[in-house]
Amino acid sequence: MPFDVYLNVAVGGLLTGLVYGLMALGLSVIFGVVRVVNFAHGEMMTIAMYIAIVLFSALHLDPLIMLVPISAVLFCFGYALQAGIINPFITRPEHSQFLLLVAIAIIIINVLLIIFGPDAQSVQTSYSYDSFQIGKLIVDATKLYAAAAALAVAVALYGFFQFTAIGTAIRACADNYTGALVVGLDVKHLYALTFGLGAACVGAAGVMLVLIVDVTPSLGPAYTLLAFVIVITGGLGSMPGALLGGVLIGLTEAMAGLIFTPSAKSMFAFAILVLVLLFRPQGIMGKKAA
Amino acid sequence: MKRKSPSKSPSKAASVSRRAFSAGLGAVGFTAGIAPFNIVRAQGAALKVGVLLPRSGFQAGIGQDCQRGVDIAAGILKDMGMPSLQFMNADTETNVDVARSRAEKLIGEGAQVLMGAFDSGQSSAIAQVAEQKGIPYVINIAAAPPITEQGYKFVFRNFPTAGMILGGAFTAQKEIFAAVGSAPKTAVFMHVNDTFGTSMAGGIGAVMPKFDMPYKIVETIAYDPAARDLAVEISKAKATGADALVMVSRLNDAILLTREMVKQRWSPMAIMSMGPGWYEDQYLKTLGKLADGPLSFVPWYDPNKPLSKTLEEALAKSNPGVSLNTNHVYTFEALLIAADAYKRAGSADPKALADAIRATNITNNVSPGPGIQFDAKGQNDKLKISGIQNRGGKLLTVAPKEAANAKAEWPLTPYDKRA
Repeated sequence: MPFDVYLNVAVGGLLTGLVYGLMALGLSVIFGVVRVVNFAHGEMMTIAMYIAIVLFSALHLDPLIMLVPISAVLFCFGYALQAGIINPFITRPEHSQFLLLVAIAIIIINVLLIIFGPDAQSVQTSYSYDSFQIGKLIVDATKLYAAAAALAVAVALYGFFQFTAIGTAIRACADNYTGALVVGLDVKHLYALTFGLGAACVGAAGVMLVLIVDVTPSLGPAYTLLAFVIVITGGLGSMPGALLGGVLIGLTEAMAGLIFTPSAKSMFAFAILVLVLLFRPQGIMGKKAA
Repeated sequence: MKRKSPSKSPSKAASVSRRAFSAGLGAVGFTAGIAPFNIVRAQGAALKVGVLLPRSGFQAGIGQDCQRGVDIAAGILKDMGMPSLQFMNADTETNVDVARSRAEKLIGEGAQVLMGAFDSGQSSAIAQVAEQKGIPYVINIAAAPPITEQGYKFVFRNFPTAGMILGGAFTAQKEIFAAVGSAPKTAVFMHVNDTFGTSMAGGIGAVMPKFDMPYKIVETIAYDPAARDLAVEISKAKATGADALVMVSRLNDAILLTREMVKQRWSPMAIMSMGPGWYEDQYLKTLGKLADGPLSFVPWYDPNKPLSKTLEEALAKSNPGVSLNTNHVYTFEALLIAADAYKRAGSADPKALADAIRATNITNNVSPGPGIQFDAKGQNDKLKISGIQNRGGKLLTVAPKEAANAKAEWPLTPYDKRA
């Protein structure tokens, strides 16, 4: 097979992986701080996707332009969800948290099903079928835009956590819950803020993914699973790890599909997960538990 | 007021008087006397049909399209003098296990016949339940051969098997190649890796050599029907440099594959599908001009049969702008089979219904061929395959010649040359 085929597939996998990484970043942020595993992560992403579809079909608003407003809506949704429903479960056993979030996921799927029906829906922008040709390399325009936006959002999130007072306070909560309470931080508010940020991240990823994939209400669980594979591979709670995990899984799926068989794409992604769990259980960039 | 205590005369309560005995005997006699009328009443009652379709999940688009066939059936069957059907709807969620449990639930709720389920895997699961519970099951769409090779007594299929589809497809393809004076030399074969796709892939190896086709398969690519991104698959297919793309797909993946071909700037000489997806209403609407050109070799309908026109009119009335297709036709015919059998059996007894279905001989039907009859295995083996092409949002029959209403446009107009 010519080399350019490998190159094309690798570039496509890398770009898709960056968007996957952003989606998983939200899950990693939530777990890293709040210590709650968001089993409704993929479903929250489908909410953002449907908002993008509604805005596009009703008002012809390009999803990339609506990236920030839709992320803001998801932020509010995440904040309210954490403050109103999840927070009372923070101190409860993990299986209670699991059941709560699975219930939220099921409710989201069914509400979307009632509102939008089961048919796949998509956004057809003027650049939906565009691609850039550089020599023998053909780059999918939508994937390129989505990956660039994913990188920008990830950098902004990193900057927020590193260089703002609220970001520092959130990191303090993650490092030492009791210490944060002692110094007078409003932990409940910061947890809700973090959950909101995680939801905004997955919302942004959803807005970008709507350019690449068709949306159905049942899309969520597959992406929740994918996000778990990515964050476990990259390291639970590690932001760079989530991005790296996304790229690794995106590239692995693409190259495995090309070299072996497309049917086995997911199998190779899970093989990476198994290898990581065997040889580096904390994930590629995760910290070892003390 | 003083109330009489029943305990005052316990012996009276326990005994049966001569008068009571005579009254009881009379009641038994009366019941026995009107028993034949009960049977007549049963004929008037609606037959409870459990309709199992993938209404959600990645096959939802096709499941909803099949539902259109159900929606138009009631009025047409009434006009044909058939007994009423009461539909009990269930969603298989595009999942084999859910299909099995929904079939069990429908039977538990009183379904007297099952119908569905579009997909071979789901239909196989439902067939097992139907056979186990002894409830007749009429398959609308499912092509995997093993379903009617198990010796089932309650399972009937009015849809061609994978081998029948392939044989009919190759015959129609050769007819088109001869008519246009051109043929591909090589082809890449892409198929979904579900029950239907793997059956078709297995069948190609066995059936194709018998037809001396002008092209050879240079690469076979299997993929997940629920895949969200098919870029790698198209890269791989494009790299083979094959003249034509031979497909066995579903709906969502057909749309994804077309988009990828446009983005990766690959236009083969022909796209020849031997399954659903490429002729679906949602495919045509989603892709617009980009939907034009693919040829589908599928169980279709005979546009010259009177009932086809009735179906077209009913669909145009209930769903304006939607063209009649395989999903509507074979779903309607499955219900026609159930109603016809109920009429002849005169009872909803499962065994009587199954025997009546086995003896089906419907000549006033929609699908191509002599009509609907079943062989000993419960398979209608007389169905024919048509070649259809998407053109300007319409579906034109281009093969076989006797049922064609247009000549095939050949080769496929390259995607980058379309307005």
